[in-house]
Amino acid sequence: MDAFFIISTLIKIVVITFLLLLPMIAYSVYAERRVSAIIQDRVGPNRVGFQGLLQPIADGIKFLLKEEFTPGHVRKGFFILAPILTMAPALITVAVIPFGSDIILNTGRTLALSIAQVEIGPLFIFAIASISVYGIAIAGWASNSKYAYFGSVRSAAQMISYEIALGLSIIPVLMLFGSFNLNDMINYQAEHGWLLLPISIGHEHGVTKEGLLTWFPMLIAFIIFTVSIFAETNRMPFDLPECETELVGGYHTEYSSMKFALFFLGEYAAMIVGSAVIVTIFLGGWSLPFGLSHTEFLSSGSIWAGLIHIGCFLAKLIGFIVFFIWVRWSIPRFRYDQLMKLGWVVFFELALVNVVITAVILYFLAR
Amino acid sequence: MNKLSTTSLPKDIAAEKGLVNIQIDGIWMQVPKGTRIIEACNLAKAQVPHYCYHEKLSSPGNCRMCLVQMGMPPRPAPGAEPTYDEQGYQEISWNPRPIISCANTVAENMGIKTQGELVEGCRKDVMEFLLINHPLDCPICDQAGECTLQEYSVEHGNAQSRFKETKIKKPKNVRIGERVRLDDERCVLCSRCIRFMDEVADDPVLGFAERGTHSKLTVHPDKLLNHNYSLNTVDICPVGALTSTDFRFQMRVWFLKQTPTIDTNCGHGINTTVWTRGNDIYRVTPRQNNAVNSCWMPDNYRLSFKKFKEELRLLEPSHKVTEAHQPIHWTKAFASINEQLGSANSENTALIVSASLTNEELYLAKILAEKLDIKILASVEHKQEEDNLLISSDANPNTLGLQLIFKLKTLYKKLGSIKTGIKSGAIKNLIVLGEDLTTIRGWDAELLGHLDCLISTHSLANSTAQASDYSLPVATAFENEGTMINLSGRLQKLNSAIQAPTNVKTHFQLLTSWLHSLEVNHLPTKPEALFIELSETYKALNGITYATLSDLGEPIIETNYQVPLLAKEEQRRKQGIIA
Amino acid sequence: MSFIKVNRPKLKWYEHLYFPTLFGGLKITLGHAIRSVKSTTRGKKEMNSSGLGITMQYPETKWDEFLPDWYRGVPALVTDEQERERCVSCQLCEFICPPKAIRITPGEIEDGNEWAKVEKAPKEFDIDMTRCIYCGLCEEVCPEQAIYLRQDYSITGLSRKDLMHDKEKLYEIGGKRVGLVNKWNKLK
Repeated sequence: MDAFFIISTLIKIVVITFLLLLPMIAYSVYAERRVSAIIQDRVGPNRVGFQGLLQPIADGIKFLLKEEFTPGHVRKGFFILAPILTMAPALITVAVIPFGSDIILNTGRTLALSIAQVEIGPLFIFAIASISVYGIAIAGWASNSKYAYFGSVRSAAQMISYEIALGLSIIPVLMLFGSFNLNDMINYQAEHGWLLLPISIGHEHGVTKEGLLTWFPMLIAFIIFTVSIFAETNRMPFDLPECETELVGGYHTEYSSMKFALFFLGEYAAMIVGSAVIVTIFLGGWSLPFGLSHTEFLSSGSIWAGLIHIGCFLAKLIGFIVFFIWVRWSIPRFRYDQLMKLGWVVFFELALVNVVITAVILYFLAR
Repeated sequence: MNKLSTTSLPKDIAAEKGLVNIQIDGIWMQVPKGTRIIEACNLAKAQVPHYCYHEKLSSPGNCRMCLVQMGMPPRPAPGAEPTYDEQGYQEISWNPRPIISCANTVAENMGIKTQGELVEGCRKDVMEFLLINHPLDCPICDQAGECTLQEYSVEHGNAQSRFKETKIKKPKNVRIGERVRLDDERCVLCSRCIRFMDEVADDPVLGFAERGTHSKLTVHPDKLLNHNYSLNTVDICPVGALTSTDFRFQMRVWFLKQTPTIDTNCGHGINTTVWTRGNDIYRVTPRQNNAVNSCWMPDNYRLSFKKFKEELRLLEPSHKVTEAHQPIHWTKAFASINEQLGSANSENTALIVSASLTNEELYLAKILAEKLDIKILASVEHKQEEDNLLISSDANPNTLGLQLIFKLKTLYKKLGSIKTGIKSGAIKNLIVLGEDLTTIRGWDAELLGHLDCLISTHSLANSTAQASDYSLPVATAFENEGTMINLSGRLQKLNSAIQAPTNVKTHFQLLTSWLHSLEVNHLPTKPEALFIELSETYKALNGITYATLSDLGEPIIETNYQVPLLAKEEQRRKQGIIA
Repeated sequence: MSFIKVNRPKLKWYEHLYFPTLFGGLKITLGHAIRSVKSTTRGKKEMNSSGLGITMQYPETKWDEFLPDWYRGVPALVTDEQERERCVSCQLCEFICPPKAIRITPGEIEDGNEWAKVEKAPKEFDIDMTRCIYCGLCEEVCPEQAIYLRQDYSITGLSRKDLMHDKEKLYEIGGKRVGLVNKWNKLK
């Protein structure tokens, strides 16, 4: 472990978490408000700064200046712990996400554009992300309030149910890639075209037989995975844990000021990370479509190539966040039994079948 | 029809008791002979609208509002016997023309209808006539809200006026006396005020001038309505013709909260209603009590609430340091007083207690005297000129209460000995509850200067308070609660109409706090609870609680005192002027 | 019996799949979003909106020319053609006022005044605009046509005191109103 590694990692941590992720969380809240307004024929926040662009800062100041109120009837220690447990996992999972292609510096060293290059990327993400259920469960229990309690119980049940579908749905993908390394996955897609767009003109094969045959199972995996991410992040149409019409505010009913803000931002952080994972696995991560990243210039490892790839990744990410928002303001909330039925009866089985189908396809392809 | 035996006929049964049978709106009842029809209707809960009728005044019958339909049994043909129905009543044959109910008395087997086409038509037409020249003054008229013309117009009148001609102009806003304004346009010529001044106040200065629609109320030439009972004319005026200069345009009556209480200006304990909004008193009016003040009240008593001006009030307890008074906290004041009195010989200490305190407060004063071992007790007798109506010579409102609680008839006479005691130096400490000593002849600041310690309680700043070492502010009678006994031995309830200022205590609160600082801890915090103790202690009060004591009070002590006004009223009743 | 039984719609097979209808919903919201961004939202013209949604951008665009005649803004006192203050402080508005926003201290018009025959006028007349709910009951109850709800609605202040409208301020807002019933005329 040399000095370069430590310094570059520290810089990456600061840049990615504080300059990229946190502003992104703040502005995704702003985007949510503006997009929802536009969808509903309204204006949305447009007063603070040009087109309301300073609104997130105003909101942040407001959250910081509000009275930090802790109700008398709560379990204080757990009450404080809960928002931390919600926010922290979302931030930790960012560590493994590659934001761009490797850059080869003048010194000849390679700079990977992700904080940590682990061999078990998706597993790490699932492992850490599932901790956030503790945050919500503890919040509901520590609040000592029926609304919060209902919210947290629902949330725990929902997250556990959908984690199964989430984990199973990704198995065909892993089978195809044959690797747990997110960078490998992206490199594969850069070469062969995205999983959902298996056309490559940069590569000599053009359209591969392999890509075409696996396209349909990958689509099913993509749908299950995306929907499960919706459920995991408690977003509409799966926001039963919050469910204002029944539960006031759900698990964060008793929270105020910055503690509430942590829950609120944690939800958006989870949404961003979820989007990033989907983009990485199914939509080629930082790679350009049609195998364009496999061209000489873009695969050269120059800074320009790195920047183009970062831009490409962010564009996909933002697109997916907007999709999240768009879905939220279009689709009504599920009933709880429908939610459970979808998770256990539909997605679970579908994911299992998908594994078998993919296995069969890969078996024949390998012969 | 069965002919019943003569002895069992209702008319005979009633006649034995001096009653007559009368049918009001179809229901038979018995009322005393000589009762006016309107009063019989009131007894039957069939209210008859009226302007000129007043139960304490004669009945001229000039407003015509109380018209009812009357019927009597037909006179039997010569030789024929009257016939009776199953219940023993004769058939009523109804008179086609209405009669006024206020000036006619009941008769045996009479029938009265206070409803029906005829009566209602009459009322409607009378209202229309009364309102022909009545100005549209309601927005500026003080009577609005308690105006019978408004009420009856709603109940019996037309919504629209049919009168197209020009209304007659009459004098408006006439100052007919120091305290009364007259608006002739509003007058309905009921003559209540004229009769009151003539019959009750015995100062006939009012009368009608001119005739027909030009008739107007006026004061006689070179006379003014300045009698001390003139504001009663404002009370009895059914419309806004007579208004009080003092209350004029101060507040609409519908904002005012009414508190039934008693007047504390003299020993009669005149029953009053105090009209307040928020913490301000706007007016005081008499409350009818036929055993105390009938319906009346002298003007100077009514306006006495004016003397409690905020700027004249003592608003916090103060302690004299060298020459100037310094504010002191209540608890500290009591601690300091107890220290000073504790170190002094109780033989040197005297207590002067006012007979304007309530029974409960007097009882606490007695406990205080016992606790401090004070033997020298006195009270101040206040005499004033009586007017042979409602102002008694005794200006203390609770003389009988003082006698009852302290069981000493001679408490007033001991004052002189205290004075000599102070002069000779035998009395060094003096506690004065609710008396301004310097107003008494022979008492002055110089005499009080002989004292080592003078503790006094007052509502208003005065020279006794100035001379006091401890000046303690107390609530006025309008802020106080308790019971008093008037000169005719009637226990009456004083109620608080407004709140005392923040740092001012009632005598009750003051004495309980003081006794508490002397470690007398069993005392209740409300006069109501203490009165239970009083009713157990004193035989005259046995069995009475605040809950059972009505607003009209209860006679508890036999005295031969009679209120002069009531005696005169009784005389008029005997003469047949009133019923 | 007059009730209509509404059957659940029979779903087609593709509707059971949920996804096609889900995209139908997304299409509708997308359509709205596009119209919003293009500033062609429904109601742009009728509502004088900015076009970015039907929302009126309040301080920049106002509704003033769209206000109906019966619009109820701030209550104010009026004088008539003869410059007489019409209020006689009958206190009916104070009585009727549901939030108790009105507080009147009545007063007497002195002898010698041109309008001494009216006898009564408010000494003080305060409307607490922090309490006023613009209900208009004061206008309705007034027997002297003295208080009117004006079309002004933008009443702001930097302190509570700014929002206590005293008599002077009320007459300033109310101004002169012509064509009222001349009750206190020469004949009166």
